[in-house]
Amino acid sequence: MEETTLNNDIHVKLTEKFGEKVTAVSEPYGLLTFVTYKDVIINVLSHLKEELKFNFLTDITAVHYPGKDHGIAVVYHLHNMVEKVRIRVKVFISEQNPTIPTATTVWKGANWMERETYDLFGVKFEGHPDLRRILNMDDLGVHPMLKQYPLEDPNRVDKKDEFFGR
Amino acid sequence: MNHNHPVFTDNDPQSELVTLNLGPTHPATHGVFQNVLQLDGERIVSGVSTIGYIHRAFEKIAEHRPFYQITPLTDRLNYCSSPINNMGWHMTVEKLLNIKMPKRVDYLRVIVMELSRIADHIICNTIIGQDTGATTTFLYLFQFREHIYEIFEEVCGARLTTNIGRIGGFERDFNDIAFAKINKFLKEFPAALKEFENLLTRNRIFIDRTAGVAEVSKEIALEYSWTGPLLRATGVDYDVRVSDPYSSYQDFDFEVPVGTSGDIYDRYLVRNEEMWQSVRIIEQAMEKLKSEEKGIFHADVPDFYLPPKQEVYNNMEALIYHFKIVMGEIDAPKAEVYHAVEGGNGELGFYLINDGGRTPYRLHFRRPSFINYQMFAPMSEGMLLSDAIINMSSMNIIAGELDA
Repeated sequence: MEETTLNNDIHVKLTEKFGEKVTAVSEPYGLLTFVTYKDVIINVLSHLKEELKFNFLTDITAVHYPGKDHGIAVVYHLHNMVEKVRIRVKVFISEQNPTIPTATTVWKGANWMERETYDLFGVKFEGHPDLRRILNMDDLGVHPMLKQYPLEDPNRVDKKDEFFGR
Repeated sequence: MNHNHPVFTDNDPQSELVTLNLGPTHPATHGVFQNVLQLDGERIVSGVSTIGYIHRAFEKIAEHRPFYQITPLTDRLNYCSSPINNMGWHMTVEKLLNIKMPKRVDYLRVIVMELSRIADHIICNTIIGQDTGATTTFLYLFQFREHIYEIFEEVCGARLTTNIGRIGGFERDFNDIAFAKINKFLKEFPAALKEFENLLTRNRIFIDRTAGVAEVSKEIALEYSWTGPLLRATGVDYDVRVSDPYSSYQDFDFEVPVGTSGDIYDRYLVRNEEMWQSVRIIEQAMEKLKSEEKGIFHADVPDFYLPPKQEVYNNMEALIYHFKIVMGEIDAPKAEVYHAVEGGNGELGFYLINDGGRTPYRLHFRRPSFINYQMFAPMSEGMLLSDAIINMSSMNIIAGELDA
């Protein structure tokens, strides 16, 4: 149960610093996860990097939850290589105006991860030095990982979930 | 249709710079990479990387496939070491489902993963040799990749895109021929690797081409989220197998080689040493297998592991399980999980969100090639064109993993 105390420690330190800006703390499969807000995200990330030794940015990605108030979750995975502990930070932003400050000011390596997230989900990272599409062509016009874009012919009926009791 | 990033040769006759469009299908780049470079003589002044030429939307496809149908997609990420991707994906789902694996399966997996790590490093290191002008080394060692593929063929029937194993174990036990081939490989490979090292490691021409070229400090490497042999060559001893052990890697005794300056020579040395360590791990695994009960090749989880076909025809429970698994009707917890394995190029992560449906709600691959490659253009500035080419070989960027 060593990891849990470590996570608890991090949780306490984060709450001390950011108060109620750190919400929905959970620990799925031992990985400390919390939700914060886009006005403090850069402060949270730099605090994690500078003070709590989460020196390594593992990944940035996004998840789309259509129909919700804040329908796009931007997810950061950080890694403290010294104490061998990972952390997941989420920020929910609105679908209509998906903007969030860029993390390239904290880690240079965030550059392409954010470009990929922009390409696939349309999340606009404010202050990003070079926010262009990276995997898809420039004139694609849509952000294909959003749930409203179907993978296959939407008229196909043999793969609908309701036929399988859902 | 306009191209992504048009860069035209400067028509100004006074200009000293030449625009060179290196790629997307250039014979020196071993894959589909486009770099538009501004050259001053042979020196690169600036470069722009364009990627995405073989983007196949795996993350979108994965949202529409049951778990077991996603394994073939992972094959096509880093196709030089597909089994590591397959195992990484299986272990992600097993973590989600809280499946405890028998030790014997873990060891069999370790053998397969380390063999593919050797195959991956053989490709990278021999190609560095090839690109510095030493075709001999390429031909000498490359046949052992063939021997590794023969082992995979014996284990799962496929060679390159293996689709090896299942969620919950392997689809069948290793047969005697497979073990014989592994033993033969363990006997013959060290001598060939030694010979390979004799040809390159102290070779004056090779050292002149690689030492001190494309040096990267560990601060920069961490800043750019590098992982794998590239990060270790800069001197950071980060290896997922050690820092976050999976598949019983904690039972094995091996070393994590690190370099000092992060140049191409260090990367070459780190990969070579990792091959030696992989051989050590496989030897230990073969030894450990002797004390494990024979015939166990999957976990006892009928809810998630397909029953043998014979039972499906004769046994009602087996038929039900078979139907439910094939239709993607398994009861997986509604949760999210991140699992990372040490791939050939670094930390290969799977971020899986399950909402209880037949398919993942979201699956994201943390692809080391994609994240490592973003530094290629900035670090090429000021470098000779010929050095940039071997720099790319030594980064071992695999187009399938780059573009997903």
